[in-house]
Amino acid sequence: MSPTAPVESRQVRPVGPLVIAIEGVTKLYQMGEETIHALRGVSLEIRRNEYLAIMGPSGSGKSTLMNMLGCLDTPTAGRYEFNGQDVAGMVDDELAEIRNKEIGFVFQTFNLLPRSDALRNVELPLIYGGVPAHERHERARQTLIDVGLGNRIHHKPNELSGGQRQRVAVARALVNRPSIILADEPTGNLDSKTGVEILALFDDLYEKGNTLIVVTHEEAVARHARRIIRLHDGLIESDGPAF
Amino acid sequence: MTRIIYEFTESIRIAMAQIRANKMRSALTALGVIIGIVAVTLMGTAISGINVGFDRSLAMLGEDVLYVNKWPWTPVDDWWNYANRPFQRPEDAVKLNRIIAALPDSQLEFAVFSAGRMGSIKSAGNSVSGVYTMGTGAAYGRILAADFAEGRLFNETEDESGRQVVVLGYDVAQALFPGRSALGATVSIQGQPFQVVGVLARQGSFLGLFSFDNQMVMPMGAYRKYFGIRDDNTDIRVKVKDKTRLDEAREELTGLMRRVRGQYPGTRDSFSVNGGALFKEKLDPIKRGIALAGLFVTGLSLFVGAIGIMNITFVSVRERTKEIGTRKALGARRFTILLQFLIEAVSICVLGGVVGLGLTYALFEAVKSTMPSFPVAFSVILVLVSMGVSVLTGILSGFVPAWGASRLDPVVALRYE
Repeated sequence: MSPTAPVESRQVRPVGPLVIAIEGVTKLYQMGEETIHALRGVSLEIRRNEYLAIMGPSGSGKSTLMNMLGCLDTPTAGRYEFNGQDVAGMVDDELAEIRNKEIGFVFQTFNLLPRSDALRNVELPLIYGGVPAHERHERARQTLIDVGLGNRIHHKPNELSGGQRQRVAVARALVNRPSIILADEPTGNLDSKTGVEILALFDDLYEKGNTLIVVTHEEAVARHARRIIRLHDGLIESDGPAF
Repeated sequence: MTRIIYEFTESIRIAMAQIRANKMRSALTALGVIIGIVAVTLMGTAISGINVGFDRSLAMLGEDVLYVNKWPWTPVDDWWNYANRPFQRPEDAVKLNRIIAALPDSQLEFAVFSAGRMGSIKSAGNSVSGVYTMGTGAAYGRILAADFAEGRLFNETEDESGRQVVVLGYDVAQALFPGRSALGATVSIQGQPFQVVGVLARQGSFLGLFSFDNQMVMPMGAYRKYFGIRDDNTDIRVKVKDKTRLDEAREELTGLMRRVRGQYPGTRDSFSVNGGALFKEKLDPIKRGIALAGLFVTGLSLFVGAIGIMNITFVSVRERTKEIGTRKALGARRFTILLQFLIEAVSICVLGGVVGLGLTYALFEAVKSTMPSFPVAFSVILVLVSMGVSVLTGILSGFVPAWGASRLDPVVALRYE
């Protein structure tokens, strides 16, 4: 696929305060006898209202960094602060709390609950966040309207197209008003036309002031971001503007 | 707090959706629990039914009455030590009463002699044979555990003057005088006319062995005259003042009987002191053993059901590993995931429990209509206990897989295909 977005017309919005600060982060995996150095010392700062793409070939540590940023995993060594909180030393349930409140995930395979309708899927983070039912419904419904699915609220995932499913997933990521939205190959399972639509939605979210981190191996997707980080062999190879 | 409630309701919703989505699988798994619950509740009710029947039977003997017999009521191995004992004589009871009357601190109130054998009774063309015929004193009225359907026991005067009066057991009265009162009627026993002065209320059978309703009671004088006291089935019944001090009373009675018999110290008793409560004490450990063994065996079937639940929960966790990863990424904590799968396991168990209880209820109704005398009862306690057992089974069998699910690494779980 080769999404051709209107690259020339875009603007870089002024960035806000620091959201993520990573310093000298390493990650080791034990694979049987072998120790794999997934990250060998990565330092990185991400500010509010950035649109960041993380690129790199497979095995570059791209996924590991994404898991780290998403608080799904903790570093073996190094410092990680999220909104000033030390994440590196957190236990499981504390990380779950951060993920629930601060991070919105968009997965390549959508990861919707198949037997729940769009509204239910979008409500899920609010349930785990302890939001009362009436407020939950209202917020989930409004977020679905915001992503253009106002007429699909009670459809189950199998009654929706791929693009619509990913929109539900985006709504689910947005509903808790997180500090960052973390998207892992968000167009990887979509045809090029739908992919462009999702990327346009991302552009729109960025314009509205959201912070976006997109992990991808496709240049065309990365070009939508304002900043691109390229990883190689567990190290940052380059970090700079997308154009 | 509210968060836990949301997570709880969410877990229940997920569990219901999961059961609906896998109807066949859930039904088959629940079947294991259904069989287990039916087996355990049936066994539990059978045991309590037997206990109730047993206690009811023992109550017929009187809770505050001791019996002096030739033989103990529990089986003995050294029968030769008992075979040559004398039978109880009416004089023994007379002597006992004299001693008791002279002892103000005695735990015993009075003794009454009785003898019994099988006899037959006739009235206006109707006749009943094989009726347990008992001769005793008027004092028997004070230890009789049964109520009167009508009339009364013979009194002291009738007893001492050897009047030919009789009290009938319920079934005997029904057989001779179906649908009408037996009171005042004249019946023929051993070819002699007896007047009916009372009818006992229905008592039922003793341990299912013989019926207390198939008896008649007459004054000792009349009994002696027409049946005689040879090597009869005789006993002395002694009323105890305080039924909570039965052991003391038994000690005392043993001592007094030895005095009556003129037994030298160091010789074996020439009689046995029996009683319902004493009998119960001896049988209770045996009953408990049988109950435990029964519950253990039926419990095994519930255990098999529990293994089924555990297995299906493992499968469910495995199938939904990716979903667990997604939920964790969205902020589900360990406890949330644990709760989700525990509730799923418990739901299947409760489903099985409800159906199992329904089946048990149907079986009870069937038993009741075919064997009305068998004491089965479908009680609130039974419902609560079996629901409790169901929930417990679900928690115990679901815990290990649910725990495993809650500890899954979200990174690994998300990658799982």
